[in-house]
Amino acid sequence: MTIEHELAQHRGYLMRFARLQLRNDAWAEDAVSDTMLAALAKPQSFGNRSQLKTWLVGILKHKVLDILRQRRREVALTDDEGDGSEELDALMFKADGHFQQAPADWGNPEQELESRQFLAVLDACAGKLPAAMGRVFLMREWLELDSEEICKELGLTPTHLYVQLHRARLRLRECLELHWFGRVAAQ
Amino acid sequence: MRRTCKEVAALLIAREDKPLPVLERAALQLHLAACAACPVFERQVLTMRNAFRRWRSYTDD
Repeated sequence: MTIEHELAQHRGYLMRFARLQLRNDAWAEDAVSDTMLAALAKPQSFGNRSQLKTWLVGILKHKVLDILRQRRREVALTDDEGDGSEELDALMFKADGHFQQAPADWGNPEQELESRQFLAVLDACAGKLPAAMGRVFLMREWLELDSEEICKELGLTPTHLYVQLHRARLRLRECLELHWFGRVAAQ
Repeated sequence: MRRTCKEVAALLIAREDKPLPVLERAALQLHLAACAACPVFERQVLTMRNAFRRWRSYTDD
């Protein structure tokens, strides 16, 4: 199989991640095309074929970051007002600060976490985050940037950053409980 | 030093992104030792931490 063929096989996967991160189809196309070009320019850089995807994702992360930097003004945080955070709070807690409903025991899902179905649900949950919040969250958890870097890249104050991350995590928890861990309780 | 479950949940989430001040850490431990619901929430947060790590290197072939 030619290198072009092998690269083409990973395209869908790379596109999905680029879209999730950039929330813009044209930019995602750019990031993935740049990744493919970089890979074609030095195919000898990946020794082992089983590692091709990991290697491509590594390149893609840099390309995504480049685009975020170039488009910095356009990706500046739109105010995530009306993002449902208050509703989520009210859903989780009573006025006196107690849980409305005790958090569910998620058990010991170590093995489940490895499963493709679980990761697909997690992926979908991340995809449902409001765009600005989702971008910040992915920069933190997927690109593994530290807070200082994210603030610098997006022109955020640390306070704003932590609020965004906080809300994203609460939403993801809610989403996972609803769409994954809640299944057992609902059965 | 008394924190509500709502405040404790907020601390547990915040801890994922930045170290907590020592006073908040103490208040957190104090509450966790006495509360039934919050330790469950804490385990959920830790499960999510593991999940995100898997997700980072997730490939969908």
